[in-house]
Amino acid sequence: MTIADGVKWADLLARVADRQDTEAFAALFGHFAPRVKAFLIKSGADAALAEECAQDVMVTVWKKAAQFDASRASVATWIFTIARNRRIDMLRRDRRPEPEELDWGPEAEPDQLDTLVLQQESERLITAIAELPEKQRIMIERAYFGDLTHSEIAEETGLPLGTIKSRIRLALERLRHSLS
Amino acid sequence: MITHHLNDQLLMAYSAGTLPEAFNLVVATHIAICDECRARLESFDAIGGALIEESLGDAPEQLGSDALAQTLARIKTSTPEPRKRAAAQPPRDRVLPEPLRSYLGGGVDSINWRPVGGGVKQAILPTSENATARMLFIPAGAAVPDHGHAGMELTLVLQGAFADGHDRFARGDIEIADEDLHHQPMAEPGLDCICLAATDAPLRFRGLLPRLAQPFLQI
Ligand SMILES: [Zn+2]
Repeated sequence: MTIADGVKWADLLARVADRQDTEAFAALFGHFAPRVKAFLIKSGADAALAEECAQDVMVTVWKKAAQFDASRASVATWIFTIARNRRIDMLRRDRRPEPEELDWGPEAEPDQLDTLVLQQESERLITAIAELPEKQRIMIERAYFGDLTHSEIAEETGLPLGTIKSRIRLALERLRHSLS
Repeated sequence: MITHHLNDQLLMAYSAGTLPEAFNLVVATHIAICDECRARLESFDAIGGALIEESLGDAPEQLGSDALAQTLARIKTSTPEPRKRAAAQPPRDRVLPEPLRSYLGGGVDSINWRPVGGGVKQAILPTSENATARMLFIPAGAAVPDHGHAGMELTLVLQGAFADGHDRFARGDIEIADEDLHHQPMAEPGLDCICLAATDAPLRFRGLLPRLAQPFLQI
C-alpha cells in the first residue's frame, strides 16, 4: 500500500457517504472484505460464519460512511474497529463500552493537511510492522487477531508470559521509534 | 492534570477487544477524560488497521462469488446513518463521564451505595462475571479499605484524591495494582473521594465477612 492508496480508499469512502456510490463501495468491498474475512477466521470463526460477518462489517461500512473522518484514521483502521466490534458480538465476548466522543465542534470538514499527514503515518506504520523481527511481529498479530490475552498466548505457545510481554514491548518500541 | 495513565498492555488489549467488560469500562471511562490516552488508543487502533491492510493482505480470504451482490441487496434496504453532530449530545456530567454514567443509570445521586465499614461505601456495577467493577466512596481523610485481590486491580479517581505514601491520585488518574502491591492509600482531606475500580478476581472487603469484624482500620 502507498500513500496514494490510502487517499484512494478515503476518497472512495467519501463517495459512498456523499452519493451512496455503489461502484465506489464495490471497490472498497473487493479490497477490504477478504481481509476482514481473514481476520475473523484467524479469530476462530469457521469460513461460513466469517463470510456472513464480513458482509455485516461491509454493510456497517456503508451505513456509517458519513461518520468516517479521514483526518483521524485511515480507512483500514476504521474498518478494523468495525470488524473488531463485530468479532466481539460474533464470539459472544465481553461487552466493550466506548468513551464518550470529544466535542469536535460544528461539523468541520476534515483538514486536507491532517489527512495527508495521517496517511503518511499509516504508511510508515505498515512498513514498520513489515520490518519487525518475525518473533515480535507474530506476538503483535496474535494479540490482535488471535482473540487471546497475553496469558492465553503464553499457554498456547508455551512461551513464558515474560517473554511474550517483552517481545510485544520491543515491537512497540520499534514502532514508536519508526514513527518519531 | 492527569499524571497516572493506562499502560500499553491495557490499551492494546482494549483496542484488540480482549479485556473483560469491567476493565473495558474503566479503560473507556479514563479515555473519556484523558486526551493523551485517547490519542494513544488511536495509535493502537492504527496498528490493528495496519495489520488488516498488510499482514492479511498476504493471505486474504476470498468471499463467495455472489457475496458482493448479496451485500448490495442488503444495503438497498438499509438507511445510512447521519454524520455525528456535537450539538446533539446531552450536557456532560461533571463527575461521571460516559460510558460510566449509563452503567449507573444516572449521576452520583443515583448510585445505590452499600456501606462496607469505616464510612466507606461501594456499589457493584452490572458487568460480566469475568471481572468485577465497583464504585467506591471514601470519605475525605479516611483510609481506602484494606482488601485482598488475586489479580490486577484498576482504580480510577473521579472525584477527590487519594495518596499512598509514594504517589498521589486525583481526578482522572488511574492506579494499576497487581497482587504484589501492598499499600495503604488514604483519601485526602477536603472532598470525599469517588473512584471506579475493577478487579479480575473476586474481591471481598474484609469488612463484609462478619467473623472478620476488624475491618480495614489497621492503619
Ligand atoms: Zn491517560
